[in-house]
Amino acid sequence: MVSSSFNPRQLAGFFAQAAPAVISIGLALVAWELYANYSGIKPTVLPAPSRVLEQALVNRDALLDNAIPTIRATLIGFACSLSAAFALSMLVDFFQPLRRALFPVFIVSQTLPLVAIAPLVVLWFGFGLTPKIMLVALVTFFPMLVALVQGYEATEVEIGQMLRAMGAGRWRVFILARLPSALPYFFAGLRISITYAVVGAIFAEYAGAAKGLGIYMLNAKNNFRPDLVLAAVGVSAALTLVLFGLTVLLQRLAMPWERAAGRQAAGKGPQA
Amino acid sequence: MSRLELRHMRKAFGGLEVLADISLRVDAGEFVSILGPSGAGKSTLFQLLTGAEHGEGEMFFDGAPLDDHGRHFAFMPQRDALMPWRRILDNTTLGLEVQGVRRKAARTRVAPLFAEFGLTGFERHFPAQLSGGMRQRAALLRTVVQERDMLLLDEPFGALDALTRAAMQRWLEQMWRHHRWTALLITHDVREAVFLSDRIYVLSARPARVVREIKVPLPRPRHPSGAEARQASLLEAEILDILLNLQPSKGHDHD
Ligand SMILES: Nc1ncnc2c1ncn2[C@@H]1O[C@H](COP(=O)(O)OP(=O)(O)OP(=O)(O)O)[C@@H](O)[C@H]1O
Ligand SMILES: [Mg+2]
Repeated sequence: MVSSSFNPRQLAGFFAQAAPAVISIGLALVAWELYANYSGIKPTVLPAPSRVLEQALVNRDALLDNAIPTIRATLIGFACSLSAAFALSMLVDFFQPLRRALFPVFIVSQTLPLVAIAPLVVLWFGFGLTPKIMLVALVTFFPMLVALVQGYEATEVEIGQMLRAMGAGRWRVFILARLPSALPYFFAGLRISITYAVVGAIFAEYAGAAKGLGIYMLNAKNNFRPDLVLAAVGVSAALTLVLFGLTVLLQRLAMPWERAAGRQAAGKGPQA
Repeated sequence: MSRLELRHMRKAFGGLEVLADISLRVDAGEFVSILGPSGAGKSTLFQLLTGAEHGEGEMFFDGAPLDDHGRHFAFMPQRDALMPWRRILDNTTLGLEVQGVRRKAARTRVAPLFAEFGLTGFERHFPAQLSGGMRQRAALLRTVVQERDMLLLDEPFGALDALTRAAMQRWLEQMWRHHRWTALLITHDVREAVFLSDRIYVLSARPARVVREIKVPLPRPRHPSGAEARQASLLEAEILDILLNLQPSKGHDHD
């Protein structure tokens, strides 16, 4: 039967999978540490990772204080963009001509350079939460919309035909077949967008904010504290990883049949 | 009066003429097969019946023109079309749910059929966890439980290996004797058509027309042994001859 809890063997498998990445990152850190300590380069140019970690711990309150607005902007912005993308994806699915009318606009919106747009949005909407939410939404909306629309279209033709032969209308077909068919695409889009979302929020803060990891990085740079810049980078990377992990977890919970199929492929399924 | 009657059905997709002239009938309680080369337009014929596509010609159901397509047919598409995200139990109740039967009532209606369809113990499994033969039986269960007037089966065993297919054919023949569904089956497999059917329509290559109607006079239950087996293989050879002699006409087919 399908269980959603981890067992020790799965955990061991996870670590075995993660090992190569952990080792390569570890080696890079060691090389960096050695170079920073013995090449004679100044810590104000390239601090050693040990120094970054030490300063991160010393300044942990400030880092946490600045991480919270970033998390808030990321999550609220992403939620807004997700709801908008979902609503619009349904409209586009039901009224195909809309697609041709709207997609070019969205494609153009994706080519706008964030460096130029971020200060403008801050100029128009101030230092508050609004411009951050807007920028996060701007960078994540289109990938989510495309993922959903593509997902609906991946519905097996035969399933649609069969449902209509059963007497289902368009709405029933959408709910029963098109929406679940889009789930794998939706989660693929989610994994990509969530990383964009963090970058978008930090960019927005960089362009102007009272608090946040972006403005923290900017101030640290201006104070010639690359160690604190890197500490903030580390926090944002950790944040991205956590969000990414959450989407993977969510996918597992939402799509239990995928794991069932995986077990079948491993030869543990029933025979008949 | 026939249950289903088609008169001079024609269908073209753009410039591609798929069905040239199809006339056929299926009587109540009769098992009829449509046999034809790949790409002839067999699945297209089912699309006309289920209302997915529209063609020229006349279709009658119990003597009345066929208009409300949803009402009469339980359709099993060429691939099993099981929903990967639904457990087998929920896949088999799908047709009932669409008809508006409550989930719980639908489940109690399908549950007793699981044994007969060899699916006991797999109610909570996902389709990906089943073998090919079991998936086809689940798809068939989903089809018959709709209790429509007639079954439309599009190559239900086409994707199975030879051994499983033979087993499924025997099983279906036995099931049909119990239930006496009115059924129209599409197949490539001459032996399958002879084994299961009361009558067979042989179609030409595209654009399809009916080239022969063949009665299968073999008694039921169908036992592939003794004199009957010889009679069956004579019939199979005759049909195969017809089908193979159709092939040269493909040479005139410009596409
Ligand atoms: N919606 C469609 N639009 C355009 N052409 C189509 C469409 N559906 C089917 N065709 C064409 O009609 C022809 C007959 O297709 P059909 O699926 O009915 O064949 P078939 O006899 O069922 O073949 P097979 O035995 O391989 O399943 C094919 O050439 C196919 O390309
Ligand atoms: Mg076909």
